[in-house]
Amino acid sequence: MSYDLLTLIWFGLLGVLLCGYAILDGFDLGVGILHPFIAKDDTERRLVMNSIGPLWDGNEVWLVTFGGALFAAFPVAYATVFSSFYTAFFLLLTCLIGRAVSLEFRSKVVSTTWRRVWDWAFFGSSITAALLLGVAGGNVMAGMELGPKYHYEGSLLRQVYWYPLLVGALTVSLFSLHGAIYLYLKTENELQTRVRAAITPLFFVFAGLYLVVTFATWWHVPHATENLSAHPWLWVVPVLNALAVLNIPRAMHWGKPGYAFFSSSMVILALATLFSVEIFPNFMMSTIDPAYSITLENARSSRDTLEIMLIIAGIGFPCVLSYTVIIYWIFRGKVKLDPHSY
Amino acid sequence: MDVEILSRLQFAGTIMFHYLFPPLSIGLGLQLFLCELAYFRTKDLAWEAAARFWTRVFAVNFAMGVATGIVMEFEFGTNWAAYSRFVGDVFGSALAAEGIFAFFLESGFLAVLVFGWDRVGPKMHLFSTLMVFLGSMFSAVWIVVANSWQQTPSGYHIVWHDVQGEMMPRAEVTDFWAMVFNPSSVDRLTHTLIGAFVLGAFFVASVCSFYLLRNRHLEISKRCLSIALPSALLFTLLAAATGHDSAQKLVETQPAKLAAMEAHFHTSDEPTGLTLFGWPDTENETVRFGIEIPYLLSLMVYNDPTKPVPAMDQIPEDERPPVWLPFQTFHLMVGLGTLMILIAGSSCWFWYRGSYSTRRGVLWAMVAMPVVAMTANQAGWITAEVGRQPWIVYPSVQDGVEMMGLRTADGLSESVTAEQVLSSIILFGVIYSMLFAVWIFVLNHKIQHGPESPEELAEYKQKLHAESMSEAFGHHGTSRAGGMMEDGTR
Ligand code: HDD
Ligand code: HEM
Ligand code: HEM
Repeated sequence: MSYDLLTLIWFGLLGVLLCGYAILDGFDLGVGILHPFIAKDDTERRLVMNSIGPLWDGNEVWLVTFGGALFAAFPVAYATVFSSFYTAFFLLLTCLIGRAVSLEFRSKVVSTTWRRVWDWAFFGSSITAALLLGVAGGNVMAGMELGPKYHYEGSLLRQVYWYPLLVGALTVSLFSLHGAIYLYLKTENELQTRVRAAITPLFFVFAGLYLVVTFATWWHVPHATENLSAHPWLWVVPVLNALAVLNIPRAMHWGKPGYAFFSSSMVILALATLFSVEIFPNFMMSTIDPAYSITLENARSSRDTLEIMLIIAGIGFPCVLSYTVIIYWIFRGKVKLDPHSY
Repeated sequence: MDVEILSRLQFAGTIMFHYLFPPLSIGLGLQLFLCELAYFRTKDLAWEAAARFWTRVFAVNFAMGVATGIVMEFEFGTNWAAYSRFVGDVFGSALAAEGIFAFFLESGFLAVLVFGWDRVGPKMHLFSTLMVFLGSMFSAVWIVVANSWQQTPSGYHIVWHDVQGEMMPRAEVTDFWAMVFNPSSVDRLTHTLIGAFVLGAFFVASVCSFYLLRNRHLEISKRCLSIALPSALLFTLLAAATGHDSAQKLVETQPAKLAAMEAHFHTSDEPTGLTLFGWPDTENETVRFGIEIPYLLSLMVYNDPTKPVPAMDQIPEDERPPVWLPFQTFHLMVGLGTLMILIAGSSCWFWYRGSYSTRRGVLWAMVAMPVVAMTANQAGWITAEVGRQPWIVYPSVQDGVEMMGLRTADGLSESVTAEQVLSSIILFGVIYSMLFAVWIFVLNHKIQHGPESPEELAEYKQKLHAESMSEAFGHHGTSRAGGMMEDGTR
């Protein structure tokens, strides 16, 4: 296999990991965002939390593995992206910690105050995490102030402006919608009715933001469509994306929530793919001088490493997929509380 | 303060906090698996009640391990960007392998272990427990391999890359297996895992001894102690043996570290003694208030009491590690290891004689042991990591060619400022202190509550059975089996 092909494969595999993360942890984060609004009493709150109880940890591993794989396959990108987003990433880490411990600790003590505090921690960390992921994505799309030798010359304040914030809002709304559809699948009776009522407004908020961000990207990130113009067949992705978006209300209307969930997953997949298409072949474009950009070519590991990693992935991925399927199968169906629940 | 000191402080603080949890997850995982195996073979409900109880403790600890581990994964990129670029080609593959082989396995089957008690059969549950345990060991394998590689690198070469006109070096893999089985990884891995098993065994023994003192949960406690006490003795003995092996290797791979651990300043032709206690004074190159046993270090290192051990004066001055800290932490680890052998040994003896549960002094000593075992684990890592300074990646010789190392000071992120690091330290200091308090609180809560009795468990299982029968006949009861607490407070 040639070095360039290996590089491309690894770019693709990172995309797969990122999509896996966004689809799986997306609904976890969405459930966290909806948590205080959807559930009315303690039992319902516990039901909402336990709907993701057995799954959220495994879902987060997609992010961890994405980090590890980026480190291994494109160390320069790992180093530069992570140090450029220093403050943002520490806030993100704080949120991930907050989610893990609020899930784990909330129900351990019978006390209204105790549970209240963790409920808000769960909500706050979920929504902030979704927002930060979007803001980081928006910055990467728009390009960043990279100077010579991969040194980032901007600062946190330069990262927080209208465009990334819009992308962040889009991410929050998308994950909320995705999480609501997931909750609809997992709940029953009154709680489910309330979830159903929330889906329609969430959809309209998302669809509105989707249009706004699309136009904003055209206007603010002119290079974003370069790859699409160069390879017109890539237009399949945005078209499928739009179809998947429209399919969500359709499927809900016809009483096929499973299909709606599949559609919202496809929306995430398509958006993540568009993101990859738009930044390719850069990881991070320099707004100072294109020569300073971090590209697939200057960020990649040696040929040997990419090859070894491909073998590792070839052995690992089938295992991961098989036990992911087993776990989701074991915990299928409506969520119920038992003595082992959170 | 400068970025270097702050970043080192931050890394040391966050990894030491993370490392409060992994050894307990690994060690408790083993005890949990043994309990469940015993249940599987005897069908004695006391074992199952024990396994269910340890699972709950395990889950709390595991969540903390996960939450703090993610920080570590990102910290290489955020704080050590130059280091990440230098080692990524080698080190990254170990980290990625850890994700794909270990973390997915652990976190997936953890769901079945914790939430699956009433959903899957005993065989599947036992299998899941084993997978979680193996997964936590695998993650130790990969991360310790990565760490050992930076201590004793092999299977790589240095390649210079042109970055906008300036040449920058990078370590690149030439031989994957030589990288994995570098000179210290097997020793370090066995010693680290055994340190975790020591902690797990003492943890179980401690909680059960506490119940004996309070005259509660006697049946379950005695069963668990019958596993935990012998394993505590076995693993502390093994810790000493594998630690001794590690020390013998050091004289070849990292003589500077060994000299620091022993505060051995001057090389001579005489046999080298071993300093038992003391206060190393680096400026004057002596050990104050030291008690030395002649010949012992030569004997320990070379199995030959007369062969002198090289000292710090053989190391160029700008490549010497700090002495005081590795010396003290190393002696602390060995001292606590010896103490643990004594306690575990005498406990086993009293257990064998049948008088363990009446010896309140021994029981109270056992209650305190997890703190001792944890301290030894932390002290060991401080020795290993401070002792390799000033290198973040050691220089080495591969096939007769000298390879450059990377100094810790050169591994930092260039674009990160001291204020940023300081604010993240403060942020994490606050968060981690709160987490620690909550963790202790919840852990204590669980231990105070204790396992349910085998009778309660039997009753619960019967109800569950009745319910599933009635569900099968179409009665949709909404209430779940009562008897055991239902609001997640156990
Ligand atoms: C000897 C064992 C050991 C050591 C030295 C480390 N870890 Fe760890 N880590 C584990 C053993 C472990 C574990 C046993 O697998 C964990 C810990 C607690 C747990 O319960 O799982 C875990 C969890 C854990 C997680 C979360 C995994 C998940 O989501 O399931 C991450 C990302 C890391 N670790 C990363 C690191 C990094 C980057 C380290 C080094 C700097 C590190 N760990 C040191
Ligand atoms: C889990 C147990 C570990 C503990 C308790 C530990 C402890 C420490 C301590 C105390 C330092 C600071 C040394 C100093 O500044 O003088 C340090 C530094 C460091 N450790 Fe570890 N370590 C552990 C595992 C690891 C592992 C598994 C890796 C890598 C795979 C690692 C990589 C590093 C790096 C890159 C530094 C650089 C920062 C520095 O030198 O300060 N450590 N560690
Ligand atoms: C009793 C005799 C012991 C001896 C002679 C000993 C020796 C050593 C040595 C020489 C190292 C440094 C290895 C290196 O940097 O290459 C080390 C590290 C370490 N020790 Fe020990 N040790 C002992 C007991 C223990 C015990 C009882 C524990 C824990 C319960 C423990 C936990 C650790 C850990 C976690 C490390 C860091 C990992 C490593 O570098 O291997 N040790 N020990």
